[in-house]
Amino acid sequence: MTENRMGRLSARRLSPARVIRITLMTVAFLALFFIMAFPFFYMLTSSLKHDADVFTKSVFYIPNPPVWSNYVRVWTEIDFMQYYLNTIKVTILATAAQLVISALAAYAFAKMRIPAKNFFFGLFIATMMVPWTAIMIPQFVVVTKMHLYDTHAALILLQCFSAFGIFLLRQFFMGIPNELCEAATIDGCGHLRIFTRIMLPLSHSAVSALVIFSFIKVWNDYMAPLIYLQTPSKRTVQLGLSLFRSQYSMEYGLVMAGTVCALLPMILLYMLCEKQITEGIAFSGMKN
Amino acid sequence: MKRLSYYRREQIEGLMFIMPALVLFLVFLAYPMVYGLLLSFTNNRNANAALNFTGLSNYIRLFTKDSYFQVSLRNSLVYALTFSPAVLIAALLVALLLNAKIKGSHALRVVCFLPYLTSMVAVATVWNILLAPNGPVNAILRAIGVSNPPGWLMDKDWALFSVTMVAVWKNFGYYMIILLAGLQGIPNYLYESARIDGATSAKCFRYVTLPMLTPTIFLCLITIIIAAFQEFDIINIMTQGGPGRATNMLVYRIYVEGFTNMKMGYASAIAYTLFAIIMVITLIQFRLQKVWVNYD
Repeated sequence: MTENRMGRLSARRLSPARVIRITLMTVAFLALFFIMAFPFFYMLTSSLKHDADVFTKSVFYIPNPPVWSNYVRVWTEIDFMQYYLNTIKVTILATAAQLVISALAAYAFAKMRIPAKNFFFGLFIATMMVPWTAIMIPQFVVVTKMHLYDTHAALILLQCFSAFGIFLLRQFFMGIPNELCEAATIDGCGHLRIFTRIMLPLSHSAVSALVIFSFIKVWNDYMAPLIYLQTPSKRTVQLGLSLFRSQYSMEYGLVMAGTVCALLPMILLYMLCEKQITEGIAFSGMKN
Repeated sequence: MKRLSYYRREQIEGLMFIMPALVLFLVFLAYPMVYGLLLSFTNNRNANAALNFTGLSNYIRLFTKDSYFQVSLRNSLVYALTFSPAVLIAALLVALLLNAKIKGSHALRVVCFLPYLTSMVAVATVWNILLAPNGPVNAILRAIGVSNPPGWLMDKDWALFSVTMVAVWKNFGYYMIILLAGLQGIPNYLYESARIDGATSAKCFRYVTLPMLTPTIFLCLITIIIAAFQEFDIINIMTQGGPGRATNMLVYRIYVEGFTNMKMGYASAIAYTLFAIIMVITLIQFRLQKVWVNYD
């Protein structure tokens, strides 16, 4: 930075307009931070409070000593472990199936000569415009007729087709040079081998973005489990939590402990994959 | 001859590659779309019965007799008209604040994005307690001098607003990330040349930032409005459409009519009305984009 520029910067820093601007921005920053963080702070502290203290003590009260028994009760009184296992199963299977199915179709659309390619691709992409809630009733009819009502298979199957996933991966595959595939063909690779050995390893950033999106969506899904699951032992975490909170509505500490437990895997995922999540969202926003 | 058979093989192989997606598409999307439309002209009550057509009677009933539907249509429109601009403006303002790269902006980005990762069940559970008449929000309001704070979700005049506020809180972080990426994609030389031409910060925003960002804003707006009309989780968890009918919305009506009252034909008529509304609004937006979206 030249001295001239430095001088100009410090001169701007001193002007009253700039002081006002900085003050305003700081106030906005702090207010926003408070509004965004406070519910999480309250969730966490309340989960460690006695029920009676939730409404009577000060809003910023931090329980001392913390009441860990809320967490013990969540895991012993309610079938939370079962809900967790169910959700992990559904999330992993749905995400894996969606990835494989989307990636295969995306590869065909990006790198293979198939009849009526544009027609099929256009058809798939058009479904991104279809609101899921508008067809949930007939979808329910189809699933029921297949005798899949009250099964995890229903939840998994409904997540398998993702127009967004096909689109995202196709865009990415298109960016991989054709020469690479041609060279592999000359070396005697079939399409399946090119797909698994070249395309997938080269697109790990798009693949991980898709995996993370699907993971967040399925883990947090509330409506599909609500519609499709009946047997209590098949409930997912979100469905279990929503029923548990109406059942124990007066036991605030307990409900908050359950909420924290339901949220924990997502926080963990974010801590591990912050970069991929942010880039994935940015990528999906730019490419449309 | 050999070449031809290679093409043929690739075509067959390619179809095998898209087959799983195609089958799922046909079974769980295409067929339900057609079946749902047919269902909306019937009085079917459950999933397994044969279609029993009753002509347009469902639609006629919706618009002439069913005050529950009419209220929920109105609420959905009000919700979409308030939620969408609120999310967009909040996302844009915060993205601008974060783009200024002040100290601690990473921490702010994390807390703004956290609600997006949180399920609506968890968000609704916490906000239900926060917005209780004697809950923390009102405690804070009283402490800063608001003597008679509203009853939020318990008050039928405030309930829809409260739900909207919570939904904005939960959702704007996602769009903020998209807009932030859009902001960071604006090339620096545009600002530099504007500065050389003597543009102030406000002018830079009006004539460089905003036009360059319109494609991203357009994309966000399309997604936000579609999401607004499909809101369900927050209603079912926080208010069940109440108090009274204050927060009944279209998808909540579909759910109640279809799965609680077991009137699947009737619920499908609501669903297709919703479908039509979303399609019309999206098409209008695509038409209007020529007026304000800048693709240079």
